[in-house]
Amino acid sequence: MTLRTTLLRAGGVATAAAVLAMSGPADLVAQQPTQTSDVRVLPIRGNVWMITVGGSNVVASIGKDGVMLVDTGAAAMSEKLLATVQALDRQVTSMRMPQKSCVGIVLGCSWWNSSTFLPTTAAPPAPKPVVGIINTSFDADHMGGNAALSAAGRSHVGLAPQDAWIIAHERATSHQPKASPIPPAALPSQSYEGESFKLNFFNGEGVVLWHMPAAHTDGDTIVQFRESEVLAAGEVLNMTSYPVIDVDKGGSIQGVVNALNWILETAVVEHMMEGGTIIVPGHGRMADSADVAYYRDMVTIMRDRVRAAVKKGMTLPQIKAAKITRDYDGRFGRNASYTPDMFVEAIHRSLDTKS
Amino acid sequence: MRKTTRVHVVLLTTALWAAAAAGIGLAQNAPPGVTTDFSGEWTVVRSLDNTENPWVGDFFGLPLNANGLARAETWDASLLSLPEYQCRPHGWAYIYRGPTQLRISKEVDPFSREIVAYQPEWHQSTNMPVYLDGREHPPAEAAHSWGGFSTASWEGDMLRIETSHLKEDYIRRDGAMATDEADVTTWWIRRGDILTWVNIIHDPTYLSEPLIRSAEYRLTVNSLVPPHPCTSVYEGLEKGKVPHFLLGENPFLKEIRARYGVAAGSPTGGPDTMYPEFEQTLHDSGWSAGDRASNVGR
Repeated sequence: MTLRTTLLRAGGVATAAAVLAMSGPADLVAQQPTQTSDVRVLPIRGNVWMITVGGSNVVASIGKDGVMLVDTGAAAMSEKLLATVQALDRQVTSMRMPQKSCVGIVLGCSWWNSSTFLPTTAAPPAPKPVVGIINTSFDADHMGGNAALSAAGRSHVGLAPQDAWIIAHERATSHQPKASPIPPAALPSQSYEGESFKLNFFNGEGVVLWHMPAAHTDGDTIVQFRESEVLAAGEVLNMTSYPVIDVDKGGSIQGVVNALNWILETAVVEHMMEGGTIIVPGHGRMADSADVAYYRDMVTIMRDRVRAAVKKGMTLPQIKAAKITRDYDGRFGRNASYTPDMFVEAIHRSLDTKS
Repeated sequence: MRKTTRVHVVLLTTALWAAAAAGIGLAQNAPPGVTTDFSGEWTVVRSLDNTENPWVGDFFGLPLNANGLARAETWDASLLSLPEYQCRPHGWAYIYRGPTQLRISKEVDPFSREIVAYQPEWHQSTNMPVYLDGREHPPAEAAHSWGGFSTASWEGDMLRIETSHLKEDYIRRDGAMATDEADVTTWWIRRGDILTWVNIIHDPTYLSEPLIRSAEYRLTVNSLVPPHPCTSVYEGLEKGKVPHFLLGENPFLKEIRARYGVAAGSPTGGPDTMYPEFEQTLHDSGWSAGDRASNVGR
């Protein structure tokens, strides 16, 4: 069975295009993202990948320690996401590498590696399981696949193997409606509090969770991959829309501004304000510092405009009628589920007019 | 041994021709008989519609739509003091105008001897490769850069370049912007020692029609494209502040009207300002009287 066939069977129809694109050597894979209508894969750097599933971005670290996901997309897309992750996992872990030969005296060479015959019959190693999931927020389009992806995974938090762990900030789940509670299997198996939380090294790099207080909600997390220089920003950065500020869940315009400024303080550019740290938004294309700066500018300017309007004594309906977002609506106001008026209203509700 | 080598060469050549016939991933060769080469050192001829040092509020001649004009009119030059702005280069949509000498290097496939890429560079530019090897553009989710992603094909002896994946960037250095969804079509046309560079910016978000501009370069020798190391520093702006003017409150917009004699109701940018008829709407001003020494508003 060829690698391509294996992957097709593993991944299913949803990932067929992905697998076809990934059927070459690893270095070619890095140039060939998935191209299906609702699941797309793009390599970022090192072990870290960006998977766009149903319009939401998932970040995957895949390597010797297994698979760790930042967010899991919407529930309706969980099967496709799982198939894509498994196909990508199998492809990454089955890279063809020359087997070590122990002919002669080689330090660290055990007797079972000494055969020059066995490596010719070796099969690719089994793909590693999904070990853990980090949620940047507990929105349905970021945690909807938690239960399915966790159940398909395996971790060793205790003595016995368990489903993949799920972690989020302690405030992330504090606003869930009682009428439609989240299934226990989708809830975090652990949470963190305070400014940040350091995971153990995963796939060879430090992974740090940073809490962004009162931004999209009051439970947002930005995930930092310190070796790969990747930040998974979640909903504080949305390259397809104005930032969704959920005031009822503790979000605020100033919190979003602060989070974007934190990204700019943390990120390092490669050359002439380009490249360097890659920032994965909650939705939309990959970004770098310059992109985040433009977005920060836009959000800050909108805050200033609403604040100035309030100081002039304008009411919310008057501010909306003034179309103060009009110069950015063509770029960020096309999200039918989060209109410019909704953005303005969220700013107005959460604005500190004293400053 | 020699015979075997010949057989291999014949087979390889046949395979290449077959692949070429199928149009599979091969370089975009110049058409037969075309020997145009764009590589070399060039210096810009500054004689066209030179607007490298525009006045604040001068958006005349740009087909900005209402949203693009509103965005431009809120721009504050102090923005350039922010650390995130200090080391930025000109992007592909603007740098063609030739801030410095231009060097165009060519990459040649060592086997086929075909040109597979051109590498234009200026002082303070980033890498902006132009691929002729038949590759596709990246998917929409890929990162954007100042130079964008450019592929080229020959049309006669002209090179047509299509650029996508650009960052948001200015189209005039006073706040007139094109979004990161803009695409650019570029033409390189060489006549002897003269290179004509035509840029067409397509940005429906901020432009009511494509913006077509051009620049001329003359082949030169011994020109330099120096390196440009740059590190951002703190320039005194209050932390967290983003300089900008509120909608309708940019005080410098009055100066541009006075300078050029533009009536209060007439536009300072947009498609109506692109054509000669617009000049008939202007009043007398210091500029029209020949006073061009003042730098007020720059």
